[in-house]
Amino acid sequence: MPDLGLEVLFKGSNMLRLLQGLWAAVEISLVSIVTSFPLGIILGIIMTKENILIKFLTKVYLEFIRIMPQLVLLFIVFFGSTKILGINLPGETSAIIVFVLWGVAEMGDLTRSAILSVPVHQYESSKALGLSKTQSYFYIILPQTLRRLVPLSINLVTRMVKTTSLVLMIGVVEVLKTGQQIIEANRMTSPNAAFGVFLVIFILYFLVCWPASIAARQLEKKWS
Amino acid sequence: MADYILNIRHIVKKYKEHVVLDDLSLEVEEGGVIVIIGPSGCGKSTLLRCINGLEKIQSGSISTNIQGYTGNIMDMGVSRQKIGMVFQSYDLFPHMDVLGNIMLAPVKVQKREKDKVKKEALALLERVGLENKAKSYPRQLSGGQKQRVAIVRALIMHPEIMLFDEVTAALDPEMTREVLDVILSLANQGKTMLIVTHEMKFARAVADRIIFMDEGKIIESNTPEKFFENPETDRAKKFLNVFSFDNKIS
Repeated sequence: MPDLGLEVLFKGSNMLRLLQGLWAAVEISLVSIVTSFPLGIILGIIMTKENILIKFLTKVYLEFIRIMPQLVLLFIVFFGSTKILGINLPGETSAIIVFVLWGVAEMGDLTRSAILSVPVHQYESSKALGLSKTQSYFYIILPQTLRRLVPLSINLVTRMVKTTSLVLMIGVVEVLKTGQQIIEANRMTSPNAAFGVFLVIFILYFLVCWPASIAARQLEKKWS
Repeated sequence: MADYILNIRHIVKKYKEHVVLDDLSLEVEEGGVIVIIGPSGCGKSTLLRCINGLEKIQSGSISTNIQGYTGNIMDMGVSRQKIGMVFQSYDLFPHMDVLGNIMLAPVKVQKREKDKVKKEALALLERVGLENKAKSYPRQLSGGQKQRVAIVRALIMHPEIMLFDEVTAALDPEMTREVLDVILSLANQGKTMLIVTHEMKFARAVADRIIFMDEGKIIESNTPEKFFENPETDRAKKFLNVFSFDNKIS
């Protein structure tokens, strides 16, 4: 077996540090997801309204977030908050702000398209049964929308988890940064540590994202 | 007291400039079974949709004389439940099982007691031969079964008038039969119904009166016997000829 320098993981508390780094990444993702998904669903509902001003504003917001690389958004919030507003935002908070803005935009767009994909006869038959607009929304349209949303939003979840690897650029010590620190610290004693550490990081990301993908596939099967 | 249950007076329905219903009038007496036939695009489905308030009319009036409500159908609001409708497309709610589909409106709209509604739902399902499908989801049902559930879903609201909009158009012959049998048995119980269909034999068996429509107008209104044996108008004759293959061969 080639030397992967795996022994560095057992030195001191290195493995624990990696896991703590992973938790930092997962924490940012979790907080962002829990905050942005409900807000995104509300935004998506608003986006289906036939109002030119609402359409324009949401479109600008959505396109801005989409066009900007996440890294640029991170820099804007992290450095911008200090430079322009004079507030010293911690890296984690900046990261969460950016991820929430991103999540709300994407979730809003997913929700909008999911609502519009509910066939028109679903609205008509609930109307024909005497259901009010609110009742049809609540009992007929939203449940079907949420079902369509689950696989789409889990895709967004995994993308968010993976994108947390960028937050090391604004000084947040997450799993990738921790890995780099461990590699650097052991450069002399275990020159091959990079292979082992990045392999472990790869497995850790996989372990976080995989269950979500499985859950998505199961739900998709159940509701198809 | 008027003796009609539905009175349609000079209604006009336009989509932009296209006139779909052209000054159409029709009176339906209680317990009457009216079958509306005509070429596609003649406005027959639109007529049903207007009666149910799904489409707005540009002029004219549709008034009803249903238990506890007399007046214009457009102002009916929640009383729309008194007019049940079954569509051509399978329109069951895919995220609910059969029982959920049937019980939603009576429980949420009419605020009826859940246990009683459930009992009635199961009884109705038994009547259409689907008592063992109560817990199935729409995707597990055949087209004919879905349409029978849709009929039960409309019936449980205790509608005074039932509208059927080409409910068998997407079904194969065997399934068509099972759905038509259900509608026929409703007719025999004296339910007021307006039926749009392309099944001529069924039309003849179920109807008290045949309405033949073309280009947004009623061309002929006749008893089924007279209409199918000896239609009064040339347009109706021509239309019926399409359905009889003998004439084409000989």
